[in-house]
Amino acid sequence: MVATTQAVATVDLLRWMPLIPLLASLINMFFGARLGRKTAGGLACVAVLASFAIALYIFWLLPATGMFRDTVYTWIESGSFQVKLSFQVDALTAVMLLVVTGIGFLIHIYSLGYMDHDEGIVRFFVYLNLFIFFMLLLVMGDNLLVLFIGWEGVGLCSYLLIGFWYHDHANTIAGNKAFIVNRIGDFGFVLGLLLLVTELGRQGIWTLDFMELQQHVNLLSPERITLITLLLFVGAAGKSAQIPLFVWLPDAMAGPTPVSALIHAATMVTAGAYMTARLHFLFVLAPETLSLIATIGAATAFFAATVALTQTDIKRVLAYSTVSQLGYMFVAIGIGAFSAAIFHLFTHAFFKACLFLGSGSVIHALDGEQDMRKMGGLKAYLPTTYWTYVIATLAIAGAPFTAGFFSKDFILWQAYSSPRGSTELWFVGWLTAGLTAFYMFRQLFLVFHGECRADEHVKAHIHESPVVMTVPLVVLAAGSIFAGWLGAPEYLWGSLWDHWLQPIFGGAHEAAHGSPTDEINLTLLTLAIGGLGFLLAYFVYGRASKLPDRLASLAGGAPYRLLLHKYYIDEIYDVLIVRPFTYCSRWLAQVFDPGVIDGLVNAVARGARGFSLIWREVQTGNVQHYLAGFLAATLALLAYFLKQQ
Amino acid sequence: MVPLDYYLILSAVIFAIGVIGVLVRRNLIVVLMSIELMLNAVNLTFIAFSRYLASMQGQVVVVFVMAVAAAEAVIGLAIVISVFRHRRTLDPQEMQLLKW
Repeated sequence: MVATTQAVATVDLLRWMPLIPLLASLINMFFGARLGRKTAGGLACVAVLASFAIALYIFWLLPATGMFRDTVYTWIESGSFQVKLSFQVDALTAVMLLVVTGIGFLIHIYSLGYMDHDEGIVRFFVYLNLFIFFMLLLVMGDNLLVLFIGWEGVGLCSYLLIGFWYHDHANTIAGNKAFIVNRIGDFGFVLGLLLLVTELGRQGIWTLDFMELQQHVNLLSPERITLITLLLFVGAAGKSAQIPLFVWLPDAMAGPTPVSALIHAATMVTAGAYMTARLHFLFVLAPETLSLIATIGAATAFFAATVALTQTDIKRVLAYSTVSQLGYMFVAIGIGAFSAAIFHLFTHAFFKACLFLGSGSVIHALDGEQDMRKMGGLKAYLPTTYWTYVIATLAIAGAPFTAGFFSKDFILWQAYSSPRGSTELWFVGWLTAGLTAFYMFRQLFLVFHGECRADEHVKAHIHESPVVMTVPLVVLAAGSIFAGWLGAPEYLWGSLWDHWLQPIFGGAHEAAHGSPTDEINLTLLTLAIGGLGFLLAYFVYGRASKLPDRLASLAGGAPYRLLLHKYYIDEIYDVLIVRPFTYCSRWLAQVFDPGVIDGLVNAVARGARGFSLIWREVQTGNVQHYLAGFLAATLALLAYFLKQQ
Repeated sequence: MVPLDYYLILSAVIFAIGVIGVLVRRNLIVVLMSIELMLNAVNLTFIAFSRYLASMQGQVVVVFVMAVAAAEAVIGLAIVISVFRHRRTLDPQEMQLLKW
């Protein structure tokens, strides 16, 4: 999988892509209050639109095997070690750019409507633009350090936006949780980065540049590569919410819904997948890491899907669904099908953003209600939201010829047929596909069908969202169908996608065993389980029945409670990690710090004081005593020098 | 002609008396006078060497020292008066403020 040498061209335009949102963010930060809510929001949207326009232009210019580069300045220079603040765009980055700026723009527009009544709307757009800036830095950086700045920056924006409504203490806690869990991942990421640099430095190559890393990666020993990739994967697992670091993402739903759509579904959480894809040349040399990634991805996909079955909060279902879909991406990465992973990232961005924005539209209509048990029958009130939601649900469930159908089947096919794949991986992915269909249609039926279970006074106010909110929904729904058509399998019209990413990842289909007939059969199997999920959801939730309660009390209700409480993972972490940690911290703060640290410092001070108490008796304050001392010293010096001669 | 040694010994004795006066006397005015004594002991040494070496430099320095001594006496006495007005005493042992 050695990539072909790429032609590099310098394009000064690149730097403006991240710079424009940053400028807009700064202007809103300092003058936003004076500009007024409408102007500030408009400015933010226009800035992202400008970035999107540049991204489109760059995409159009970019030759099939070429690469654009823009060096702003040399940031760190130390001997032969150089880090430049420099951007690059190749096929992979171009895809990410279009996702980040395109979907980012739609969500900015949507936010104009969604946050209209919020007093913090200017602050919201400041954070949102800042996020776009950091995300672009992340995907455009041509070396690991620039990527890392973006990586940390999006983490910061995520934290700020989760705790956006900071008056509610729970939101602040959720923000802290996201930040701290991410920090654990980042710790691994930094260690991996440092190890990579020093190990290459030991071979005489001091660089962080992706292209140079790719050239010299064969200098590293396999054990080192395994260790480095494992550490980097810890970072990816933190950012992309994989087991065991996924716990922050469901809580991150405390943020405003556009944030959940943009940051915690479409873009930031995919940074881990992007990073591994960017460093694919490293990961393919570490088969052990890859098989671990595939296992963790499959486990996460299945595990999160089962939790999503029972959740009652409309956004939590989507959050666990996001974790599950990210699991799919990591399965694809784990079997070396990076192109499939990025493809799923691309399609997922559309349908998951659409679902989140749709749920936001529902929440908006119901005056902040997020509990699906108090919804139902909204189909009549919110027609546009309903139809876009249906399309996105079909897409994520993998209905034929929607985006999710192509990307998920691509991953499942790769999991089955590629040399690193296995039937077990395929089976777990297949089962998860069924679960996905079930919980998504369960949500659809609970929210939009049946009787309306909302309170009377809420019911009186239900209204379809304004145009600024429905237009992005419609566009994203269109994307949820057509985005997948770029990557159709061979037995249909063939994949443009593989062709586009081939210069970076090499051929994705190489050495795949299995024929097109197998592929079609597998696809039919997936469709079958998806259909089964839909039918189950229809019979259990689509019609008024006692089935949900009966299912819940199955086997004494234990399985249901286990799922409802998310396998008690938060509680387990609380007992195993959080409590011992706070206990240790408290001991350090209340015993160790005052006793040992302060004790040592105070002991030094007391010692100096006691010593000086003795010696200050020499200072009587009487000038004549001082003069006597002066005389004695002079005489002593005199005697000394006379003796010298 | 009196030998140089006699002058030097006399001057050393006067200087020592001055030093002891500065260190032990209990009256600031006497302390000031003792300082004058030390200065003049040094003057005597300068004059003696000036004669002995047949050079005018020593005498020039003496004129300078006398000028400085005059100024010092003026300022010293002014301080003494000021101190006396504040504290109604001139005993250095009573002035113990110059410490930690």
